[in-house]
Parts: sequence; structure tokens; C-alpha cells
Amino acid sequence: MKFASEFRDPKAAKVLLAEIAKVADQIGATKEKPVHIMEVCGGHTHSIFRYGLDKLVHEGIEFIHGPGCPVCVLPRARVDECIEIAERLGVIFTTFGDAMRVPGTKKSLLQAKADGADIRMVYSPLDALELARRNPEREVVFFGLGFETTTPSTALAIQQAAREGLGNFSVFCNHITVPEPIKALLDDPHMCLDGFIGPGHVSMVIGIHPYDFIAQDYGKPIAVAGFEPLDLLQSVLMVLRQIAEGRAEVENQYARVVPEHGNSVSLAAIDDVYETRPSFEWRGLGEIDKSGLRIRAQYEAYDAEEKFGIGYAAGRREVEEAEGCACGQVMTGRMKPVECPQFGRGCTPEMPLGALMVSSEGACAAYWQYGGARAVEPAE
Amino acid sequence: MALRDERVTLAHGGGGKAMRDLIEEVFTSVFAPPGMEDQARLQAEALAEPGARLAFTTDSYVVTPIEFPGGDIGKIAVCGTVNDLAVGGATPLWLSAAFIIEEGTEIALLRRIVATMAREAEAAGVKIVTGDTKVVGRGACDGVFVTTAGVGVIPGGVEMAAGRVAPGDVAIVNGVLGDHGATILAARGDLALSSAIESDCAALGHLMVDVLTVAPGAKAARDLTRGGLASALNEIAEAAGCGIEIEEDALPLRTEVVGMCEILGLDPLYLANEGRLVVFVPEAEAEAALAAMRARPEGSGAVIVGRAVGGHKQVRMTTAFGGQRIVDMLVGEQLPRIC
Repeated sequence: MKFASEFRDPKAAKVLLAEIAKVADQIGATKEKPVHIMEVCGGHTHSIFRYGLDKLVHEGIEFIHGPGCPVCVLPRARVDECIEIAERLGVIFTTFGDAMRVPGTKKSLLQAKADGADIRMVYSPLDALELARRNPEREVVFFGLGFETTTPSTALAIQQAAREGLGNFSVFCNHITVPEPIKALLDDPHMCLDGFIGPGHVSMVIGIHPYDFIAQDYGKPIAVAGFEPLDLLQSVLMVLRQIAEGRAEVENQYARVVPEHGNSVSLAAIDDVYETRPSFEWRGLGEIDKSGLRIRAQYEAYDAEEKFGIGYAAGRREVEEAEGCACGQVMTGRMKPVECPQFGRGCTPEMPLGALMVSSEGACAAYWQYGGARAVEPAE
Repeated sequence: MALRDERVTLAHGGGGKAMRDLIEEVFTSVFAPPGMEDQARLQAEALAEPGARLAFTTDSYVVTPIEFPGGDIGKIAVCGTVNDLAVGGATPLWLSAAFIIEEGTEIALLRRIVATMAREAEAAGVKIVTGDTKVVGRGACDGVFVTTAGVGVIPGGVEMAAGRVAPGDVAIVNGVLGDHGATILAARGDLALSSAIESDCAALGHLMVDVLTVAPGAKAARDLTRGGLASALNEIAEAAGCGIEIEEDALPLRTEVVGMCEILGLDPLYLANEGRLVVFVPEAEAEAALAAMRARPEGSGAVIVGRAVGGHKQVRMTTAFGGQRIVDMLVGEQLPRIC
């Protein structure tokens, strides 16, 4: 882990923190009137808490935790539909581990599994494909979930299934895209954001130009960031410097991983397999235009929505959030996890009301796990 | 050789000749329990010592896959129960072994498991003195389940209990963490990760005896099984009513395990171990305990990871980055993340 340890060097962090403090003072950021920086990606939220960055940075910087966790933005209706598919006779339903504990209206996938549904955790859609090959008499459905980071691997699995003519494999496609919800947040008059830390893994696939509108149309600075603590601190500094210098640009802090124009092979696979949906529902954000992907007609045989007549193929279903659940407000930065009346009371990791407490990248889970919320007990 | 079958059938659990052949050839001929009655009759001189007490524990073992790099279910079944006794300060002496076998299981696999158990028991200084065999229909269990119970003797004067840990006590672990959990993850074949990691599965009875010899003031120990170091420390902190602070820099972790955890979004502090323990000793005895551990192969990687503190009642970790965070109990099991 020498590679990683270089990005966790406390001495280098001190230098960056001092520089951040200097620029923050220069632009007049204070605890009362902080600079609001949204980290879009849930992976960033967790790094911030795991390394205690929120407490280490200048008090005039406030991190707003964005909607960048695919599990967290999944509406309850989608979980219900997953369970509906999984409970059909002959189906093996496969999913990433994160989604197992997310509550639907009545139960989670984990509970549905206990009730007898054949639900299996996989690490890649290719594992689901292998299950389909080994179980020709069963229908194997993969829960396609995630942003541009995971979208290409699902596309590759569909392409491979098509090449092999596998008749018993399909994908319940809930893949979503990052730029559109950012635009929705920027269009929200209640949002007060001064800059963005862009998602590193997503950008590996799409490059940095899909964020051009943030700088050009909305005049907000953004730095695409890696996930190590020094990556994040450096990105905060890049955003602050832009603010101080009156610039608004898309900068690439994570250039060691993120190519400016993305990954052409992944992009080609995405383009081949999916098309943009007119709109897609996000937990807490509602319907957002052109923010989701569906499987193109040419791959219809691998589309679980078509095969099972479920999801958008069956018409939209309205499902309210659990009573008292403020996931939507937390996800849009209107509320801190600790400000949610249910946090730690009606909603805990053991008995979650919403996905933010369950997902490994959820803001509430981060607050809970690393103690940002429950307070660090006072000395006796 | 009366047993000619290659696989276990329901007849092997039926109480007739097939069952007797299976038990005699596969189990009792290898474990050689004293006498052949329906219970073991035990005698230990150690029990006659003033203040000595019996320790008794039981655990069931289910693991997929049944055989993995560095061990199999039999090794875990012996080591796990030996370790449950050892961390209580007992010298492990006797084990029982009960098998629930799925119809269709290969007899050769059973023989391998039993051979491992006999070898591990001998190395750990315990005898497998009684047992049971049940055969269940296909699908009613996952291959083979093993339940072991263990009896040991706690010498007079030894009083290991989590509630005795007090501020100032030093926490020592006997080697690198998470190897077992990482091995099982990789061995399940779900991951496109190849790894050379082997399970840390080991019996720690001798190691604990050595520690207690040089550190008679040792307060408490826990074997770091499911839930890993983080869960064990939380249990101890809660029972002791004090805080525990550990240093991320001091945690013994293999590069491969850290790497696998980074990729999957898991925390090595919560990964399971089968041959690791944490022991709390008074500061004055810490160096001696450390040296005693390091003198044994199963403790060669022993290090001090932290200490009990007053002032708060949480488990906190000073990160390598200089920050501090709470290390909480694990909720459910760790689930790999999407990206």
C-alpha cells in the first residue's frame, strides 16, 4: 500500500490544511458564513469522515453531502420491484451487496431472501452471467445499479450474453447518470453551493467535460477528486483558489486516474447498450429529466423490465418515503444527518428508515459509523 | 475396510450397520476416544489444585468453502473451541465433536476433515473424547456442519474477565489481522481476485498459558472471530466501563488484506480471524507478555495495538492521518460496496 500511503501523509496534509486556511481567510469564510462545498460522491463523504477531514479543515468550510450514492438515491419503489422479480418462481436475483439491506415498502432484499427468494450477492455482473450459464433452467436477473462507474460492466455483460445467445439472463436496469442531478441541484433556488468536488470514479469513465456546464453556465468551480485524504484536501484548495481568483473552471485533481476525455471503450459499450430515459425518479430529488438509462430495443431480450413487465415498462408507481424519513433533505444538503429527527432514534443501522443509513456510502452511515454525530462522549 | 461407499447416504445416519461402519472407520478409529460408552469419563489432576475450576464451552462451525487455503472446517472446529477456552484462562483438555452431514458428501472429504481435527487436537494438547453423527437429506445443510464442545481447567488464581480491564492496561494482539476473513472471501471464488493469503487459523492454548506464566496479572482476552478486533474491543470496553484507544499505525495488517479491503470497501478491523486474540495486561507486564507471544510461531507477529483509557467509554482510533474516529460495533455483516 505504499501507493496509498503517499496520499495519507500527515505532513503533506498539514501543509495543505495551512494553505486551505489561508485562502479561506482571504475570501472571508467564517463559521457563521461558510463556503459550501458539495462532495457529489458518497465515497468522498466516507473519506471525509474516515479521516476526520471535516474537523481538520478551516471552520469556514462546510461540506455538503451530495446525492452521489446510487443506493441512497434508489426510490423505495425500485426496491419493491426488485423483490417482486426475485420472488417469482424460477428466478435467481443477483445484486451488489450494498443494496441488500435497503428497505423497500415492506421489506429489504435481505428479508426477502430470508423469506425464501433466491437472492444472491455478486461482485460483478459477469458473476451473474456465469450463474445464468450454470443454471440454464432458471432465469437469472442482475440488478443493474449505479452511476457511470458500474454502467459499463453491466453493458459488457449484456453484450456478452447477446454474443452467447443466453436466453435466461436479464438486467433490471436502474443505471443513472451524474451530471443531471447536479444540474437539478443547481436549478433549485433553495440550494446554496459555492463549489463542487467531482466524483473520481465516475469521471474515469466520462472524463471531465460533462461537468463543463457547472463552470460555464452556473459559474461554480469544480475539482474532480480522488478518494485519499490528500486528494480531497488538494481538491478543496483548488476550489477555494478558484473562488479567491474569481474563476469557475473544471479542474482535474485526479489526473493520475481520470483521462480528460474519459474511457472510450467504456463509453462505446454504454452507447451501444443503453439509451437515455426521458426521466428517472430519484429518492429525495423526484423525477429528473434524462437522468437514467434504459436498455436499447436491440437488447430487449436482456431487459428485465420488458421480460417481467415491471418498472417503467409497467408505468410509474408512486411510493411515499417512510414516515419521518428525511433522506431527501439530507441528500440535497438541506439537512445534516444529525438534524434529522429520526437519526439514531427511529433510524439506526440495525433498523434503517432510509438508504442513507444503510449504504456503505450514505451520509448518515458515515456520521454514525465514524462518530461524527453521536457525539464523541465528553470526558468525565 | 467395511465402508465401501464413496459418498454419505441417508443409510449412514440410519442407526444400522452402515452407520456403525462410518463411525468406526471415519471417526472413532482416528479420534480413539477412551472406552466406547455414550459419555466420556474424565479425570484431571489439575482439577484437584486449590482454586481450580472447570471451564466449558461449545460452538458450531459452518463455513463455505469447507476446505480453504490454510485449513478446513475441522481445523476451525478444533482451534475455535480451544481458543474459546484459552481466552478464559483455561488450559483446554477435552473436546466433543458432533457432525451434521449432508447426504451425498464425499467420504474422502470427511476423512480429510477428521484427519485435520486429530492433528490439530494433538498439537493443541487436547483429546476428542466423544462425538455424534447425523446425516440429513440433500439440501438440509451445506455439506458438513461441525459442533465442538470443550472442557478445560482454569488454574487457581487466574481470573480473566473483560470487566477487570482498567485504564492503563495494554492491548496486545498476536499477529496480522483479517487473514482468515480475506482468505474465505477469496476462496469463495466470487471475486476476480487472486491472492496468496492463507487463513490464520491456529490453536492458542499454549500461547495463552505462556502469556499467563509471565503476565499473571493479565486481565482479559478475546479471540478475534466474527466481527474482528473492532467488535472484541467494543465488547471489552462495554464490560469494563472504560474507553479503549488504538493506533491505526500500530495495527498489524498484511498489504494484500488492506488492498482487498480497499477494493471491496470493507474494513479489516471487522474481518474474521481464527487464530488471533487480543489480551489486556497491566503495563508493567506488557513487555514480558509480548516477548512470550513472540517466542511462539502463532504469536510471532505480536504487537501492542493500544490501551484502555479513562475519560470516555468508546473505542477510538487515532488514524494514520492524525485524526481520531470512533470504531463502533459491526452492524449485520460487512457487505461489499458497488464502486
